Amino acid sequence: MPNIVVLVKQVPDTYSERKLSDSDHTLDRESADAVLDEINERAVEEALLIKEAQGGEVTVLSVGPDRATEAIRKALSMGADKAVHVSDPALHGSCVLQTSKVIAAAIGKVDGVDLVIAGNEATDGRSGAVPAILAELLGYPQLTHARKVTIEGASIKVERETDEGITHLEASLPAVVSVGEKINEPRYPSFKGIMAAKKKPVETFTVADLGIDAGEVGLANASSSVLEAAPKPPRAAGQRVSDEGDGGVKIAEYLIAQKLI
Amino acid sequence: MSEVLVLVDHVDGEIKKVTFELLTAARQIGEPSAVVVGSPGTAAKLKESLAAYGAAKVYVAESDDATGYLVTPKVDVLAALVEKAAPAAVLVAATADGKEIAGRLAARTGSGLLVDAIGIENTAGSGDGAVVVAVQSIFGGAFVVKSKSNKGTPIVSVRPGGLEAEQAQGAAAEEAVDVPAADAAKSARITGQEPIVGGDRPELTEASVVVSGGRGVGSAEQFEVVEKLADAFGAAVGASRAAVDSGYYPPQFQVGQTGKTVSPQLYVALGISGAIQHRAGMQTSKTIVAVNKDAEAPIFEIADFGVVGDLFAVAPQLTEEVGKRKG
Ligand SMILES: Cc1cc2nc3c(=O)[nH]c(=O)nc-3n(C[C@H](O)[C@H](O)[C@H](O)COP(=O)(O)OP(=O)(O)OC[C@H]3O[C@@H](n4cnc5c(N)ncnc54)[C@H](O)[C@@H]3O)c2cc1C
Repeated sequence: MPNIVVLVKQVPDTYSERKLSDSDHTLDRESADAVLDEINERAVEEALLIKEAQGGEVTVLSVGPDRATEAIRKALSMGADKAVHVSDPALHGSCVLQTSKVIAAAIGKVDGVDLVIAGNEATDGRSGAVPAILAELLGYPQLTHARKVTIEGASIKVERETDEGITHLEASLPAVVSVGEKINEPRYPSFKGIMAAKKKPVETFTVADLGIDAGEVGLANASSSVLEAAPKPPRAAGQRVSDEGDGGVKIAEYLIAQKLI
Repeated sequence: MSEVLVLVDHVDGEIKKVTFELLTAARQIGEPSAVVVGSPGTAAKLKESLAAYGAAKVYVAESDDATGYLVTPKVDVLAALVEKAAPAAVLVAATADGKEIAGRLAARTGSGLLVDAIGIENTAGSGDGAVVVAVQSIFGGAFVVKSKSNKGTPIVSVRPGGLEAEQAQGAAAEEAVDVPAADAAKSARITGQEPIVGGDRPELTEASVVVSGGRGVGSAEQFEVVEKLADAFGAAVGASRAAVDSGYYPPQFQVGQTGKTVSPQLYVALGISGAIQHRAGMQTSKTIVAVNKDAEAPIFEIADFGVVGDLFAVAPQLTEEVGKRKG
């Protein structure tokens, strides 16, 4: 009966324009509508599928501003049992390493964790490394980019899918898994699920509650910092012609002039 | 001059092009040392090409464990070298594995992590030695950001195709290093591998020309039009998500926010409308050419050269023209 922690993260909706805050180059999360990243939903779905087959408990974990409660509610209404929310103004501007440290400490607040499941890559920061860093910090094996997860007793098998192809992985629990696009189709929360979610426990922690000094997190102590950020001048539209039966030739002429062929 | 560690990306005794880009970037900062982690005998096959791109040293970390476990053997080797050689920076390819290696290495060595750089600059600091600045393109190319590490050794993952490789002669002096034994409780064992059979086309993220098709291509069979043009260029084939979701082309070829990010010299978009999520994966391409029958399609806003017309007329004609030139 695996005890599972699923990481969910609030990300800006890509349909709205994304901005960086002018003052300190951090992600301006308020400027965009936030949605529970679709990959997070797949992570939640995978945890629920394992629970339905083998029992156990699913805890949702989110580190982020108060608005992350929406993402947590969504996961709870899909069927997760309870949630842990780390929210602290001191976290503002934290780098991926600091955030991972906080997540690892919060995972430590959940008893007897067998499996940590995350999405592959959040669409905002694109570090692509949080699950791997968590595995490093927790001392668990990493089975990332999973398109298939099988748990048998205390061992776990994963089919990892990346640009290189498929890699078959095997490790012992506890472990960290990240799931890819192809892992499953997430369910929609039912009305009953949405109602039930309102009564599910959400435990809130500050950074200090996790035994981390506020001075270790946040922009001022980030392991890297942004020196300058500039919106890229929008790509200007170039030439455009209508095909008069010679469109292909026109492109070829352009490419030759540009020395591209 | 201080050393810069470059993790060599290789498969089946062949070096990935991105390694040469890393070696080129490393020379901005100091003297490149290539780090080969692989099964016994790997480095011998790679040495010559590493020398041709300026590797002064080649650290050889070979063992069976090195390829038997996911990611961790490379982190172990690099972490030991960071301690021993005190390099000015560590560069790895921003691939799925590389990003994970970089993240773990930064966590283990208490260093700053700079992800997905498209360029590296060296702004010498007040003292002597290099100050490593990573140039990043974020939010699908909407912002250009420069950042630096505040702690330890800067660990940088560099996007394949982000910068151009340039040859330079290096001594490639070999030095053997240990691969620490894997801790089974903390590692994922590799029990099997099915490499992608990519055929003869270059890899999507490494190709200098990419030809992509969208929903406008209409069917899996008709994707042949895209493939033929790609082959005339010696290009990789890409697809929009709509084309993938409609089953026209396999998912690993998807370009965009939830697919690959490509920045080739030339990107040709056929029957792709140019949604923001698609643009996120291709708008850093040097030159963009689009063919779309809708004059209002947003792809034309970012295309250097656009043809309003039927792709089934324009693409075959272009294929022929390119063929003639290469003939
Ligand atoms: C969270 C999220 C993530 C996403 N990630 C991605 C991603 O990674 N990659 C991606 O591509 N999309 C992604 N999308 C989807 C994206 O929003 C668009 O739906 C998609 O890119 C549209 O693909 P398309 O341009 O092929 O199709 P359409 O928008 O349907 O455009 C087809 C175009 O073909 C043209 N056309 C039709 N017939 C012809 C012809 N004979 N000759 C010439 N032109 C023709 C039409 O005029 C039209 O402009 C994502 C969406 C979301 C919400």
